[in-house]
Amino acid sequence: MRIANKIIKWHVYVFLYLPLVIMIFFSFNSAKSTSVFEGFSLKWYGELFSSSDTLEALRNTMILAIASAFIATVLGTLAALGIYMVRNKIYKQSMLSVTNIPLMNPDIVTGVSLMLLFVFVGRALGFSQYLNFWTLLIAHVTFNLPYVILNVLPKLNQTDKSLFEAAQDLGAPPPRAFFMVVLPQIVPGIISGAIMAFTLSLDDFVISYYTSSGFQTLPLKIYSMTKKVVKPDMYALSSLIFLVVLVLLLGSNIFQMRAENKTSRVLRKEQKARKKSKEIAV
Amino acid sequence: MKKIVCVIVACAMLIALAALPVSCKRNDTVANLEGDYTGLEGTSLYIVNWGEYISDGSEGTLDIIKAFEKTTGINVTYDDSTPSNEAMYAKLKSGAVAVDIVIPSDYMIQRMIKEDMLQKIDTSKIPNYKYILDEYKNLYFDPQNEYSVPYNVGMVGVIYNKTMVEGTPDSWNLLWDSKYTNNILSFSNPRDAFATAQFLLGQDVNNTDKALWDAAAEKLKEQTPVLQSRVMDEVFNKMEGGNAAVAPYYAGDYLLMKSINDDLEFFYPKEGTNIFVDSMCIPKSARNYEAALMFINFMLENEVALANAEYLCYASAHSGVVNNPDYSFKDNEILYPDSEHKPKTQYFYDLDPEIRSYYEKLWEGIVR
Repeated sequence: MRIANKIIKWHVYVFLYLPLVIMIFFSFNSAKSTSVFEGFSLKWYGELFSSSDTLEALRNTMILAIASAFIATVLGTLAALGIYMVRNKIYKQSMLSVTNIPLMNPDIVTGVSLMLLFVFVGRALGFSQYLNFWTLLIAHVTFNLPYVILNVLPKLNQTDKSLFEAAQDLGAPPPRAFFMVVLPQIVPGIISGAIMAFTLSLDDFVISYYTSSGFQTLPLKIYSMTKKVVKPDMYALSSLIFLVVLVLLLGSNIFQMRAENKTSRVLRKEQKARKKSKEIAV
Repeated sequence: MKKIVCVIVACAMLIALAALPVSCKRNDTVANLEGDYTGLEGTSLYIVNWGEYISDGSEGTLDIIKAFEKTTGINVTYDDSTPSNEAMYAKLKSGAVAVDIVIPSDYMIQRMIKEDMLQKIDTSKIPNYKYILDEYKNLYFDPQNEYSVPYNVGMVGVIYNKTMVEGTPDSWNLLWDSKYTNNILSFSNPRDAFATAQFLLGQDVNNTDKALWDAAAEKLKEQTPVLQSRVMDEVFNKMEGGNAAVAPYYAGDYLLMKSINDDLEFFYPKEGTNIFVDSMCIPKSARNYEAALMFINFMLENEVALANAEYLCYASAHSGVVNNPDYSFKDNEILYPDSEHKPKTQYFYDLDPEIRSYYEKLWEGIVR
């Protein structure tokens, strides 16, 4: 049984990481191909750093992802809170259904409909340019919102309402009670919602294509290489991003381990102190 | 708390990475310019093109857009995120973006002219237009040369691995040969795939007879058992790595593949093949018509056209390039076959929506 578990576990790891390993391997290829490894070379890393459009696309992607994730997280948390507080069951259900619409829609439907909306509003308000960075940002926040809401809402449902009331009983005004009692409990949901929003925004092509003009992001750049080969400086870029994420995750895990060891050490000390005081009392 | 800090640090690192000063100097100067590129400094130009479809300075080539900006002082927004002609069309039609220069394929230009989406190009204001070869003037989609200027010419042919295929094939029926079962690739889009069958059956690729399309669909269904898969850009890896023996694709891309795998050979099928011309057009929504004309003239400068032709590896419609002794593909028998080896070619025309939906429906039946 244990062996079967191990085998399955390793299969999963291989499927997840083998493509990444191959990509990193071929980012050092001196030829432009991913089937023939001609020689080791750092040429593509050089190309990457001297290609100002790729770096600009990276910068744009980062700015867009961070901004849309941040805004979606704030709005999404507020929305989740609002939905949680609603008493009327029908209203609550309909709000939840509406939240699901961007999730259910194919990207192209969302993309084209947003594009038409922006053209309509732009014409009505007399803008000269209908699509720009702001329309792209609005589009990204739109498709990120449901994911944030659906991450925060379960955490809210898990909180103990009586804690919130108890805090108010003890004299805290409702906002203070929220920030000091409820928010710390839902923080894991907020963070996972934010990370999900960031990842989705980083990854999106279809919606970005139809709601932007001129603001180049990495997915737009990479997906356009459909008739010819993907340039290997993209492999170099992806390898570097993977490395950064890996370092971060390892770092955060080490931090967590240290923090847990610290708390467990403190807890053990307290237990010993309590035991001693009991003995003394006896 | 620590997690949030980590995320912020990560983002800061990535942004810092992106903000690194560009170290290598890109090749962005053009000597010997013939045209006059003054007078429009500070204005903007919005160009929509395909990905990897212009010489962009990678691996030491000329960075045409930067060179143009440097020469004219115009700010160029170069949008090369187009995945397909249809997506390009949808975005233009909706009026969402004001594009000055767009570079669609021939059949899409025909559709856009029909739907009045393009402006007339005043070729008298483009002195370098004289370099366009006569054989690429007065083409079916723009008989009076009013709406487009040729950018790139390509032909479809068949690539095969000479160590995996016997003899010297010369016909489309190589793609149906059961000797090479599971080693044959084909196109993943319906128009190109149908054409392979239509040429083999001797049909006109632009016919509107549903019975003929049915016959072509039957022929494609016969092919399915011997096919390895339907691909577009995956063909590069498969042919270079020797994972497939036969594939139809564009002549210029064959030359790229050959430089990686020398066993690859190419032929134009005797029954005929598809030729396409991508051209530069100016949509009606253009904001800077004068700059667009200037850009077209710049693209037709001898040095610029040569750099672009070298980068794209396709055939050029520019007489200065074709006759240039320094052109590495000059008289290349694949890109510029002589009259003896010149294949019979057909252009794809823009087909009626009725026929389009008919063959798309047939296609669904084939790929299922």
